[in-house]
Parts: sequence; structure tokens; C-alpha cells
Amino acid sequence: MNSVLHGVLAFVQTWWVELLCAVLIVAVVPLIAGYIVLVERKVMADMQARLGPMRVGPHGLLQPIADAVKLLLKEDLIPTNADQFIFWFAPVLSMTVALTSMGAVAFGPWFQVARDINIGLLFVVGISALGPLGIVLGGWASNNHYSIIGAMRSTAQLVSYETTAGFAIVSGLLFAGTLKVSAIVEAQHADRVWYAFLAPVGFITYLIASIAETNRAPFDIPEAESELVAGYMTEYSGFRWSLYFLGEYANMIVVGSIGVTLFLGGWLRPFPNVPWLGWLDALPTLFFVASGVFCVSRAGKQPVRVQQLLMWAVAAICFAVALLFMLAGPYEVQPLHRIYAGLYGAFWFLLKVGAYIYVFMWLRFTLPRFRFDQLMRLGWHILIPLALVNVIAVGVATALSSGLGMNRWLAMILTTGGTLLVGMLLIRWNDKHAAAASASTLAASSEVEDSYAG
Amino acid sequence: MLDSVIFYFFAGIAVISAALMITRSNAIHSAVFLITTLLATAGIFLQLRAEFLFIAQIILYVGGIMVLFVFVIMLVRLDVPLPRIRSPWGKLVAVFVAAAVAGEAGFILWLARKIPGQGLLAPLPAPSAKLPPNTEEFAKGLFGAYLLPFEIASVLLLVAMVGAVVMAKKRTDTP
Repeated sequence: MNSVLHGVLAFVQTWWVELLCAVLIVAVVPLIAGYIVLVERKVMADMQARLGPMRVGPHGLLQPIADAVKLLLKEDLIPTNADQFIFWFAPVLSMTVALTSMGAVAFGPWFQVARDINIGLLFVVGISALGPLGIVLGGWASNNHYSIIGAMRSTAQLVSYETTAGFAIVSGLLFAGTLKVSAIVEAQHADRVWYAFLAPVGFITYLIASIAETNRAPFDIPEAESELVAGYMTEYSGFRWSLYFLGEYANMIVVGSIGVTLFLGGWLRPFPNVPWLGWLDALPTLFFVASGVFCVSRAGKQPVRVQQLLMWAVAAICFAVALLFMLAGPYEVQPLHRIYAGLYGAFWFLLKVGAYIYVFMWLRFTLPRFRFDQLMRLGWHILIPLALVNVIAVGVATALSSGLGMNRWLAMILTTGGTLLVGMLLIRWNDKHAAAASASTLAASSEVEDSYAG
Repeated sequence: MLDSVIFYFFAGIAVISAALMITRSNAIHSAVFLITTLLATAGIFLQLRAEFLFIAQIILYVGGIMVLFVFVIMLVRLDVPLPRIRSPWGKLVAVFVAAAVAGEAGFILWLARKIPGQGLLAPLPAPSAKLPPNTEEFAKGLFGAYLLPFEIASVLLLVAMVGAVVMAKKRTDTP
């Protein structure tokens, strides 16, 4: 008994940083997901010239918490003919996978659960590849036609777009030369450039594929509410539904983190090697001071006493963080400076992930939904060949620049040009074939059965 | 201590869910337990410090093959449990095969009893400090020493894939 206790104590003593990070991820990510939903509603309202949620808390700031309470209190329905075990298991799988894959993501130089694993980025990608299973099983277990159609669409889509995402990641990894997450970021520091500039085609294909992987509009046909009610989540309600929902938003954070780590320089500030941009280092402090001042200035205008207090509390937190930045930044006092470096890195990382997710929202409110055949054509006829050609081109470029001593940027421009040329040829060829195919389908539409229609 | 606890945890899950996978009559339930078995095996790879094998197992088997399995099971709708095959020789054959497999496993354990750290004990992981990075060693092996077999295997797979596409393709009159 005593030895077991000692073993546990020793374990905690060795791994307490990692354990703390893991607990923080599990505890904070659902909250962040809730606030992403609030931001999304606010952005949508802004783009549609409305105000969005305003009632709960100042400017609707407490809306996610009210939503969470509502979801927890809802009745938990399980359809009679559903497969009980899998109906229970599928949303849990969805959420677990999304949270587990965050284990290897480096949110800052010190904030990472699995710091030393050699397979780093592969772990994140591989574990989040299990996500489709949760969707398929949930759709099947509901015993509902809408759900099954949604689940099948979703699997087909995820399997196709994972290939593209994989190739896009490879084109970034060829520059970094390692799979370790922290080493990828440090490689970008040493190379003095974000890999999005060296492999623009890879970055754009990854961006598109990651939107499709998270089932977001314009690729949200698995849940297409106007055709399929809600696709695979039709029969889910209450807490189980919110597990799916959290899984989806956690997945957005995961794909955003992969994109930011590999293509946008991870936790580095923009252009970390340019000395005259050094004032950017003060940006986190300024950001927190500015949001604190904003909260103080708005506090007096809140109608209810509780809301005023809340505004004061938020302002106090902002000022405290800003003070920490100011105090710890210049002095290299060991424990304090470490905290500062972690917070500073996390600020830039989260800012970049936020920008990435903002692009997701922006596209969602701008573009109409794809039809299933359009989606498949975009994936298989354009994106996958483009990503493949890009991997070859990047390989040639790295060989040219490291083996033959060619200028790196020249090699990059040549290969990007080549890839874009291939892409344009593909689109042209594709359009021609599509026109021919639609002509022949129209001629024989009475016999041809489109299994994916509807 | 911790290593053997982890090993027996994953090994137990693997064995139990393998047994459950065979005994379920519902195809999707079998698929779920097969997924659990594969994940537990991946966990054993991780305990043995074979990180790359761990993630390759997860990406290929669980993320790739099992998703397609489940997809196909859903498409063909195997809701109705398959009729059980009944034959008078069934039990006899089953007993014989089970005895043969058990005998083989026992024989291998008996052969391995002399090797230190083998036999009935859990396999010991390599000390992590001494290991070269896993993925790099894999790449060196595949693209260095074993380049030709690797390429032959990939060409073979490509031929099989093209063949499957050709056979599955609908024959249309217009080219």
C-alpha cells in the first residue's frame, strides 16, 4: 500500500507540468469552444448588420454559460430503436479524439503535454483521423435515414479531404525536416521565414482541406440542415448533442493549431528576426491594457449592478496580465521569465489560431453550400492532384536549394509557378470533362441513377 | 513496474475485446470491438517505445481501414444476424483448431523460456535514453537497406489498386 502511494507521488513529481497542462486542456477547451460559438454569432450578426446576443451579461458575454446550463438541463432522449451502446459511445469517441489530439500541440514554448514525442505532428493528425468513426457510428446507431445519409456523406468527405490535408502537411514537413512540434517551430525561427511563404500552395490546400475536415460551411453537407435536418446529429439531444458540438469546435482548434504550427510559425511573433519590428513585443501588453481600459469605460453604462461588477472583474484580470507582462518581460529572473515566455508564446499562438478560425467563420457567412458531386469533384479532381504535384515540386525545390545551392526564394517561386500552372490546366481539363459529362447525363438521365443525389 | 502495469492493461483490453469481437452477432458491434483491439495493440507498441509503429497502426488500421469497414457495413446493411452454420463436424473441427493454436502458443512460450525477459513475462521496453529517433530509423531502413523490396511491394499494391478500379468500373459505351 505504502509503495503504491510512493509510486504515485513519484509519478506526480516527475510529470506534474504535463499533468497540469492536460487538466487545463480538458477543463478550458470546452469553455473556449463555447466562447468561439459566441464570437461566431457576433461575427455573423456583424456581417448581417445585426447585434447578435445582447441579453445575458454585458454584450452577451455570459451567453455560452447560459447555453451550457440549458443543454445540461435538457431531457436526454434515446430513440427506442437506436442501438443503445453505440448511441452512447459515439459522441464520447468524437470528443475524446479531439481532446487527445491536442496533447501534442504546442500552445507555447512551455505549454505542451507530450513534449518529447518524436512523432509529434503525426500524432495530432493520426488521432484526429479517428474523428469520422464517431460520426459514422453515431449516424448508424440513431436508426434514422437522415442520420445514415449524413454519416455516409461525412465519411466520404472526410476520407477524401484527409488525403489532401496529408499531402499539404508533407509539403510543409519537407522544409522542417522533423515531426517534433517544437522543432518545427524552431526550424521556422532558424530559417527566418514562415513556411506559408515558402509553400503557399501547400498552405492554401491545407486551409481548404481543414475546413472540409471539420464539416464547416461551405462543406457542411453532412449536417445540411435544409436537406438532412441535422445529418448525423438528428436524434441527439441535450448533453450528448453538446458533446458532438464540443468535439466539432475542439477539432477546429486542432486543425487550426496544425496549420499555425506548420505554416504560420507557431508561437513566434510575426517576423521574429526583423529587429525594427521589435515593438511588436509590446503588443501583448498593449492588447491587455487596451481591453482593460475598454472594459472600465463601458462598465458605467451597464444597466444592472451585477453586469457592472463583471466588467470591473474582467478589467482587473486584463490589468493583472498586462502587469505580469510588464514586470516579467525585461528582467530575466528565472521562474518569472519562464512564465512570461510561456504566456507570450501562448498569446501569439492563440492569436494566430483565432485568425485561422475567423477565416473559417468568414467563409461560412460568405459562400453557399456545395452540392455533394461538386464537393467530390473539387476534392478528387483538383485538390488531390494539386497537393501531389506540390509535394513533388517542394521536394525538387529543397533539392535545388540545399543540393545545388540555388537561391531558396528563386526555387520557391519556380516550383509554386509550376504547381499553379498544373492547377490551372487541371481546372480547364476538368471543366471540359464536366461539360461533356453533364451533356451525356442529360441525354441519358432517365436510366442513370445517381446514388448520391439528395 | 509501471511498464508491466501498462502492458497488462492494454494486453487485457486487446484479448477481451478480441473475444467480444468474435462473439457479437451484430456486425457493427464486432467492428467497434475490432477497433478497440487495434487501439490496445497500438498501446502495446507505445509501451515498447515504438512510437512510429503506434501511430502507423492507428492511422492505417483504425483511421483508414476500419472507417472503410464501417462504411461498407453500413452500405450493405447487415442488420440481420447471419444464419449460423450448423454442421455435425463443426464442434470437432473447432476443438481441433483451438487445441492446435493453443499447442503452438505453448510450444513457443516453452522455447522462449531461456531467453532473459521473455517467456511468460511481459516484454521489456528498450531503455528510452539509448534509442535513436524512431521515425528516422524507419526511414533509413525503408529507403536505404530495403529500398528494392519496399518499391516492389508498393508497385504490387499499385497494380492491385488499378486492377480493382478497372474491375469495379461500370462498362459504358461512350468512352
